[in-house]
Amino acid sequence: MSQAAVKIQQASPLLSVNNIEVVYDEVIQVLRGVSLDVPEGEVVTLLGPNGAGKSTTLKAISGLLKTEDGEVTRGDITFMGERIDKKNAEDVVRSGIFQVMEGRRIIEDMTSIENLKLGAYTRNDAQINQDIEMVFHYFPRLKERTGLAGYLSGGEQQMLAIGRALMARPKMICLDEPSMGLSPLLVKEVFGIIEKINKDQGITMLLVEQNANYALKAADYGYIMESGKIVLDGTQEQLLSNEDVKEFYLGGGNEERKSFKNLKSYKRRKRWL
Amino acid sequence: MSSLTMRPCGDFRTSYKQDNTIFETKTIRYAAILSIIALCFAPLLVDSYFITLLIQISYLGIAALGLNILVGYTGQISLGHGAFFGFGAFASAWLNTSFSIPVFLCIPLAGFLTMGVGMMFGAPAARIKGLYLAIATLASQFIIEDFFARAEWFSGGSAGSMAEPLNLFGFVFDTDQSFYYVALFSLVFMFIWGCNLMRSRDGRAFVAVRDHYLSAEIMGVKLNKYRLLSFGVSSFYAGIGGALYAHYLGYVSAEGFTIFMSVQFLAMIIIGGLGSIKGTLMGVIFMVFLPEALEGGVGLMKMTDWGNIPMVVDGLAYIKEMAIGLVIIGFLIFEPEGLAHRWTQIKNYWKFYPFAY
Repeated sequence: MSQAAVKIQQASPLLSVNNIEVVYDEVIQVLRGVSLDVPEGEVVTLLGPNGAGKSTTLKAISGLLKTEDGEVTRGDITFMGERIDKKNAEDVVRSGIFQVMEGRRIIEDMTSIENLKLGAYTRNDAQINQDIEMVFHYFPRLKERTGLAGYLSGGEQQMLAIGRALMARPKMICLDEPSMGLSPLLVKEVFGIIEKINKDQGITMLLVEQNANYALKAADYGYIMESGKIVLDGTQEQLLSNEDVKEFYLGGGNEERKSFKNLKSYKRRKRWL
Repeated sequence: MSSLTMRPCGDFRTSYKQDNTIFETKTIRYAAILSIIALCFAPLLVDSYFITLLIQISYLGIAALGLNILVGYTGQISLGHGAFFGFGAFASAWLNTSFSIPVFLCIPLAGFLTMGVGMMFGAPAARIKGLYLAIATLASQFIIEDFFARAEWFSGGSAGSMAEPLNLFGFVFDTDQSFYYVALFSLVFMFIWGCNLMRSRDGRAFVAVRDHYLSAEIMGVKLNKYRLLSFGVSSFYAGIGGALYAHYLGYVSAEGFTIFMSVQFLAMIIIGGLGSIKGTLMGVIFMVFLPEALEGGVGLMKMTDWGNIPMVVDGLAYIKEMAIGLVIIGFLIFEPEGLAHRWTQIKNYWKFYPFAY
């Protein structure tokens, strides 16, 4: 076992999801027993193909399942020793988890600064203006963009969404596909800032991603989901060196290059589930 | 920015503070203050019929702003705004006659009473949205109308109820000219209050509920609280508007507060511009002056040769009614974002004249 793995096992997890099952509309079972631990101060990533249940896992954590007729039917979710799986979304925010939704979802009819102030909705202290400066420190280009937030570019909107999460001073931020729809250079920039925020502020991150390459580089620990179950987990090094992960997510194993036809049939034979 | 008349073209705002001011530039602020001062001299300059129109704009404007906060800013819908307006009118008269509370206290109290009623009828908003909510609020219109007809202790039943004129430190505001100042003050006060509400934490929460309720929820905004609160604020405005109306006319009867009035309020804010404070006022001015303008047009027609043809003379009354409908449809087609948007475009045109984009 590598050193990092030992470290993670020793730290008591900030968030732990224990064997949850999620059913939508009382018939569609999406999660079939998912367990994961997010230790304090770490970046943990959750990878998997479309429809694996990554976003559903996040929604279960942040309490948004109810709005989509979903329900946690088994298992529990604890955050700082407190059960949150029965809480409303607005109470989960108050206990310290802030979700950055897929597709950014900033309020387009407001200016950037109003969006940031909205992020600080749950707070009532005098340091909000200082925190806005702090967000501008991480995202300097937001400072110059006056006017409505709807006119920001996709990357700037993503930055605004992350900045808005910082404004709530959360203990943990859940990011749902921050790389969605961004150019490779911007993805790099955004991930760089995510790592920086994690280091400077000690905010725990749970990162759901399709872009496995960047996500694994940023993360300390990773889980891989498929069809509503965790199929593999490990530290950054373990996952990066795993042959299956390379084959399925990072592109190409270290065997010699196969033709696409071979690759396809090989994949079909060798699935985790 | 510093000069009064010349402004650079394009996006001249350089800081977030400038994005958030009530008036966009100093020029606009001075213009607003000057026009309020000019309006103070209106009773000396124009005849009293025009003053009654201005008073009408004031109380309807206050109520319409409430509806715009609900519909334009929070994204809910209400088809019972006319009934809330009426409730405010009756409540103020009732408080004044039954408990002999002075009128200047009755008006805000009526606002709060209406707020309570509005929140009660707004409660379905916690569960339903869109068209379903529209129908649920339609129920409030009919229930309240029925209440006016039956609750004689409150509204005087079919006879209606009397409302005393406003009396402040011995000065009685019983003429059009004197009440005009009360109406003007209330209008300015309520509009500034509305502007500031929208710049506050609660205002941002309203807009977030409208634009994306899921992201509002994961930022900790309590959706149901804000949906209900927006019904409350909206009915508060309606109640204040109604109370002013009651003490201006001196007599309230239930006939005026029908579904037609509710639809008229909706028409005002749609024509003026949803989610725009100045648009609200423009829409109200438009809806109040449109019948007057058409009346004037009919008068002119009668003076020409056309006026001798009986069919035209008889038809003019109907043409007037139809023209109002036509103008509204025309607005929805050609200016769906309302008068506020058109105003911005006209301003831009002159700012760049003759070098239009």
